[in-house]
Amino acid sequence: MALLEVKNVSYSYDKATRALKGVTFNVEEGEFVAVIGHNGSGKSTLAKLLNGIYKPSAGEIIVDGFSSADKNSVFEIRKRVGMVFQNPDNQLVASIVEDDIAFGPENLGIPREEIGKRIDFALKAVGMEEFRKSSPTHLSGGQKQRIAIAGVLALKPKILVLDESTAMLDPQGRKEIAEVVETLRKSGVAVIAVTHYMDEAVKADKVLVLDRGVIALSGAPKQVFSQKTALDKLGLELPLSGIIADKLRARGANIPDDIISEEDLLGALWKL
Amino acid sequence: MKDISFGSYFPAESFVHKMDARVKILVAIAYMVAVFLVSAFHFLGFAACLLFVIIATAISKVPFMRVLSGIKTIIFFVTFSAVLQLFFNKQGTVVWWVITDVGLINAGFIVARIVLIVLGASLLTLTTSPVELADGIEGLLYPLKWIKFPVHEFALIMSIALRFIPTLIEETDRIIKAQKARGADFESGNVFKRAKALIPVLIPLLIGSFRRADELADAMDSRCYACSKTRTRYKKMKLSFRDLFGVLFVAGLIVGIVFLNKFYLLQGLAQIAGAL
Repeated sequence: MALLEVKNVSYSYDKATRALKGVTFNVEEGEFVAVIGHNGSGKSTLAKLLNGIYKPSAGEIIVDGFSSADKNSVFEIRKRVGMVFQNPDNQLVASIVEDDIAFGPENLGIPREEIGKRIDFALKAVGMEEFRKSSPTHLSGGQKQRIAIAGVLALKPKILVLDESTAMLDPQGRKEIAEVVETLRKSGVAVIAVTHYMDEAVKADKVLVLDRGVIALSGAPKQVFSQKTALDKLGLELPLSGIIADKLRARGANIPDDIISEEDLLGALWKL
Repeated sequence: MKDISFGSYFPAESFVHKMDARVKILVAIAYMVAVFLVSAFHFLGFAACLLFVIIATAISKVPFMRVLSGIKTIIFFVTFSAVLQLFFNKQGTVVWWVITDVGLINAGFIVARIVLIVLGASLLTLTTSPVELADGIEGLLYPLKWIKFPVHEFALIMSIALRFIPTLIEETDRIIKAQKARGADFESGNVFKRAKALIPVLIPLLIGSFRRADELADAMDSRCYACSKTRTRYKKMKLSFRDLFGVLFVAGLIVGIVFLNKFYLLQGLAQIAGAL
């Protein structure tokens, strides 16, 4: 059984429009899944369904054996699925970093000594140990977002959902978050990143492309990003290396069509 | 504008700073009670209170001028009350024009009271950060849990309010700049005109706050708020010898003042008895 099973899930805000229509996919332990799609494709709705902020109108989401259909399991699901949102300012509850990170464990009723250990663990995971006693107001966007991630990690979730968590960050901040995601995957936490940066999606194990509430494409990044015409139709661009490879190909260079990352591109160029 | 500090906290490492916030609040309240206990017509009690503040300030390493600057905000109020006493108190004998000796003493009395209380209060906020104050108030309210007062929720509201002050100041700044860029004029015209010009700032700020509150609620839910019935606290407030010292100090002040009151009262009675 997969860690997260999304089974034929639909969701509607009102009767007229359905934001999601029969979405099905699985996420395994330690897997990194990127969800892309342009505005209004339902990707943020999907994120909010994963930890029970919204309830599916139809279908079922099963996290580690707990079903969204069971009223009593929403808290169990939230313990396992951590969620980080777009604006770091609207996620921090306390004026001091360590107090903010303690908020989650406090909610679970964890004893004090253990909370201290979890703060150490969470700050180390995001590389922000030296800011333990600082005030988040004086941190950069990327640092604040790392604190927000640490606040979620302190709950020791099995799945981390990033709901456009890099959208408000500068390139440096995005890089910091990408590094954090990389270390989390290595420690076995599954990451589901909703994003509109293709270069982030390239690093995933699996990419889901949403379009008007349905999964239009899915598969490994190489599979998804080699379907240029399909992506064009959905209004999505290729990652930067893909665009360059495509332009070179159009000019007659002999470059394979599954180029999605800088390394791929360099490899292909060396062989010319 | 971003670095505006809320309240007037003066960060330092001192005996007073390190005291438990709960005890500090209680000591401040006890001190204010002491100021009120000083009975009319003798100023020695006030001198004792002033000495108390001076010693506490010296220990706290806060510059005296910072403590004194707390008076600035109430100067109008103090003068107003003093003037009222001076000109409208008809008791006693007239010293000069309409001013009576009782009015003079009362005016001095009121000024001393207000100034001493404000000095004590500003020393408290200078040596205790807003976060510590909020925690201290929570700690002191804790017994109210017994009568089902939502202490934790109350404390959470306070801490979120403190947390969002800098964020909202930043946002106000941004909105003002955005409105200026659209030609808004905040500087010219009379008071009413300028107040009216602030409406296009306040409305986006208000709507923005609701949006923030919505997102914060989602984020808190995601972090398992209300997941379990028993919530623990990471921060532990510990009492130390400093707190005992503070309590003894203020208790000494109260005892001294009560004694002075009794002493003067006895003296007064003796005088009356002698006259009889």
